[in-house]
Amino acid sequence: MELVEVKKLQVELDAFAGRDVYLHLETTNGSYATHFNEGFFNAGAFIRNVVINYELGKVVGDSPHRVGLKLPHGWVYAQGITHYELDDQGRLLLAGHDGTGKLAVALQISETPFSY
Amino acid sequence: MTIPQERHVLVVFPHPDDEAFGVSGTITTHIKQGNPVTYACLTLGEMGRNLGNPPFATRESLPVIRKKELQASADAMGLTDLRMMGLRDKTIEFEDDEKMVGLMTDLIEELNPSKIVTFYPDFAVHPDHEATARAVVRAVRRMKDRPTLHCVAFANNTLEMLGQPDVVYDIREVRDQKMNSMKAHISQTAWMLEEMEHKLQQGDTETENWLTKERFYNYRWNEDFEKSF
Ligand SMILES: [Zn+2]
Repeated sequence: MELVEVKKLQVELDAFAGRDVYLHLETTNGSYATHFNEGFFNAGAFIRNVVINYELGKVVGDSPHRVGLKLPHGWVYAQGITHYELDDQGRLLLAGHDGTGKLAVALQISETPFSY
Repeated sequence: MTIPQERHVLVVFPHPDDEAFGVSGTITTHIKQGNPVTYACLTLGEMGRNLGNPPFATRESLPVIRKKELQASADAMGLTDLRMMGLRDKTIEFEDDEKMVGLMTDLIEELNPSKIVTFYPDFAVHPDHEATARAVVRAVRRMKDRPTLHCVAFANNTLEMLGQPDVVYDIREVRDQKMNSMKAHISQTAWMLEEMEHKLQQGDTETENWLTKERFYNYRWNEDFEKSF
């Protein structure tokens, strides 16, 4: 993965617009957050292999970035995006990694389903 | 305590690396004693958060890395019967409960283990650990001749609720294998191992203790975690 360069990532997001794509979206604090810090309110969400078709995709802001996808009837967005990669299977993988190297957020789109 | 001979040992955990910290010394010892050991690892730790910054992996490439690490850990312990059960990290508690019990029952019927090792229900911290422990306990509960059931517990309230572990094995003789099993999972354990080396160099007895002993609780059927299932 490389650090997000807004112009380059924008080109990749544009390329997937108007097509049916599989979505992976996740935010996480890790399952041990409350074990290490008992007062911590642990919340997160996960969705994988739901098909969407966005008409406009946009990356905004200084790093960490925000990325939003406008759908005919709704929205998908993620904040905290630091890195991206168009992988060897042509999937666009975006992720936010914190200072200790832990993933905090992921937003991925692909024309073929992600594995299980 | 010396580690007794077993007809067959079945170890069930959800994540690659669960075996390394808690039980790799015990597994290695059983193998050295000639006891067959099967490790059923339910997921590939697909949701691991340590991906580095700069990242060394992506959400999609991590399972490939962890699969190799799991095999390397098995090799370090001398374990030949490694089963990767194909579930997805962080989803086990959402699977059908009866299906999970069936998965465990199938393993038990095939292997006829005299000892099973897993987590202790309600004292296992991670939702996957808890779901795994529940499935194993439920499967064993239904058996007429129950095997020994040794559980790993590490929730913050373990000592308060369960007291001291009733099974403590000295694993000094296989310390190197245990170290190598932990090192095999380097993508997820690097920072932890670094901290450990540092503590060992300072002569920290708690850390040293942790590398020389492995602790288990016999499952308390008279204080079963649920009344019925
Ligand atoms: Zn685990």
